[in-house]
Amino acid sequence: MSIWEYANPKKFIATTTPLVPWLLWGAIAILTVGLIWGFFFTPDDVRQGSTVKIFYLHVPSAMMAINVWIMMLIASLVWLVRRHHVSALAAKAAAPIGIVMTLIALFTGAVWGQPMWGTWWAWDPRLTSFLILFLFYLGYTALWAAIEDPDTAADLTSVLCIVGSVFAVLSRYAVNFWNQGLHQPASLSLDKEENVADVFWYPALVCIAGFVLLFVALVLMRTASEIRLRRMRALEARMRS
Amino acid sequence: MIALLKRDLTLAVRAGGGFGLGLAFFLIVIVLVPFGVGPEAEVLARIAPGMLWVAALLAALLSLDRIFALDFEDGSLPLLATSPLPLEGVALMKGVAHWVTTGLPLTIAAPLLGFLLNLSPSAYLWLLGSLALGTPALSMIGTFGAAVTVGLKRGGLLMSLLVLPLYVPTLIFGSEAVRRGAGGFDATIPMLMVAGITLGCFALLPFAAAAALRVNLR
Repeated sequence: MSIWEYANPKKFIATTTPLVPWLLWGAIAILTVGLIWGFFFTPDDVRQGSTVKIFYLHVPSAMMAINVWIMMLIASLVWLVRRHHVSALAAKAAAPIGIVMTLIALFTGAVWGQPMWGTWWAWDPRLTSFLILFLFYLGYTALWAAIEDPDTAADLTSVLCIVGSVFAVLSRYAVNFWNQGLHQPASLSLDKEENVADVFWYPALVCIAGFVLLFVALVLMRTASEIRLRRMRALEARMRS
Repeated sequence: MIALLKRDLTLAVRAGGGFGLGLAFFLIVIVLVPFGVGPEAEVLARIAPGMLWVAALLAALLSLDRIFALDFEDGSLPLLATSPLPLEGVALMKGVAHWVTTGLPLTIAAPLLGFLLNLSPSAYLWLLGSLALGTPALSMIGTFGAAVTVGLKRGGLLMSLLVLPLYVPTLIFGSEAVRRGAGGFDATIPMLMVAGITLGCFALLPFAAAAALRVNLR
């Protein structure tokens, strides 16, 4: 019994299909609890008033935007090393979710920044690196869309994902060098000293858990539908010949 | 490897077009800038470092799709791939040839165009230096982008979408060096960063480009 058994598309679909509704409803329930807790049962911040509450959407989506890319990187490496098609398709399935997460983070950040900093957008290092990350996602999905042969597409996007990861990290630090920012430092790290107060911390953790579950459920669903799409293509090709 | 470099350079010079086109594009973009932002000397002097770098970057981008496309179409790329020279070496030499035909002329022409934008006198040395150190990285990143998109019919637009985000770090450090030079500060740190990016690109990207070429030639 090893994890690679699930690289078999049939086994993958058979295992994940019953899991998806649980994950999806779990995500919805946890997000509902976390967001209601965050929105209605936490005090307003001393300086930021009630605008602080967008935190519960902004932080999880921003974390997921980065984590989705890391997941795509791992899936790409698995594809390049072990040639499991499910892995390549999972990376493909994750990219649009990453785009949406990046957009949510940028949008909620803009909505939050307007009353706090007096501007929707500033060329702050974090904002700029997110914009660059968004461009990387766009390039990645565009490359998937442009190539017809699925194996070629999987190979090239995997190579692009690896090179892109190196450059994304490089850009992250280059942007720091280029401009000092308005954005506050990390508010959720494992180092408890610099965290936000516990009142905000617990609902935020719940929301992060909800976002992670939502992402897992969506990736499993999208991967399964990519597998089915490829089967349909194969059947069509066979019927034509 | 040297023979391949000579062949590529000869082709670029004799075929015409490719050699001077990037340079002419660079000139035109720089001439267009004052029309866009107005002719005030102080404004131009302030934006000159960034504009020179962005224009050089776009000019380098313009000729990228020629790196592999012509060889791919006439079938010499598969021949190169089966030659004793490893594909990594081919990719490296293609990058070097692209730099000699576009990056080097851009670097030499940039100080002249700096006059047009009223660049401050203390910045010329840094402009020359940062472009000389930075454009090789642009060529090598572009070689990778060209290798990824070589099999596509209309790869040019997609390639700019792939390559431009990868140019961000080089652009940041390169133009920062010129900006510090223009302000009369010491620009050693950004220059070192540009040199580091270039060396890193030359060390690693030939492998990525070769991997992409192998996939496209399969």
